[in-house]
Amino acid sequence: MKLVYFAWVRERVGKADEDIVPPPSVTTVAELMRWLGTRGEEYAHAFEHSKSIRAAIDKSHVRPDTAIAGAREIAFFPPMTGG
Amino acid sequence: MQTKIRLQREEFDAAVETAALTRDRTDIGALVTFTGICRGAEAGEPIAALTLEHYPGMAEAEIARHVEEAKARWPLMGVTVIHRYGRIAPGENIVLVVTASSHREAAFAAAEFLMDYLKTQAPFWKQVEAATGKTWVEAKDADDLAVARWRKPEAAE
Repeated sequence: MKLVYFAWVRERVGKADEDIVPPPSVTTVAELMRWLGTRGEEYAHAFEHSKSIRAAIDKSHVRPDTAIAGAREIAFFPPMTGG
Repeated sequence: MQTKIRLQREEFDAAVETAALTRDRTDIGALVTFTGICRGAEAGEPIAALTLEHYPGMAEAEIARHVEEAKARWPLMGVTVIHRYGRIAPGENIVLVVTASSHREAAFAAAEFLMDYLKTQAPFWKQVEAATGKTWVEAKDADDLAVARWRKPEAAE
């Protein structure tokens, strides 16, 4: 699946997007964030306050307990500040 | 029902957009226009510019979804939403919401509803550029409270 990052999540991770294959034990958005946080210093820094990070699956907002099965694109970003 | 949703890097002209919405029509009795403008100072500190990052595809979809909801809730005759992205200098426009209806109540309410949702649900992020460096704007609790008042009881989370 493709992961995309925005704003300070993107800056901390150090890239705008990447393709990943999470282990089978990772089934929800919250678990994916926890797993990403173990992938290195940048990821640990980006996902340390995972409660303040929002997620979208295939361009729709989702909650942390949403299953990631079948997702093509998962986005992580801070609370939005448009308008 | 005329609907226009545009995301663009370029500046827009609110007067041109409102004229386009009412041209050759005599059924519209109320037009509400909201323009969000880049301030030259944040918390007393002068700023050089704002940079707006967005999630292409999702930003359009979120705006369209809320325009559809506004149309379902109020008797609207036209809606225009324009949101800019990229670098925006103080004094320049950021966002435009125009709502048209036969009476003012619907036009006022729908414009406010759309702005409240744009601020908290549309995937845009503002970064402030100042002499001290670049910082991401933090989401305000007040904006979440503003959006909560539109939530219908059955849709409450």
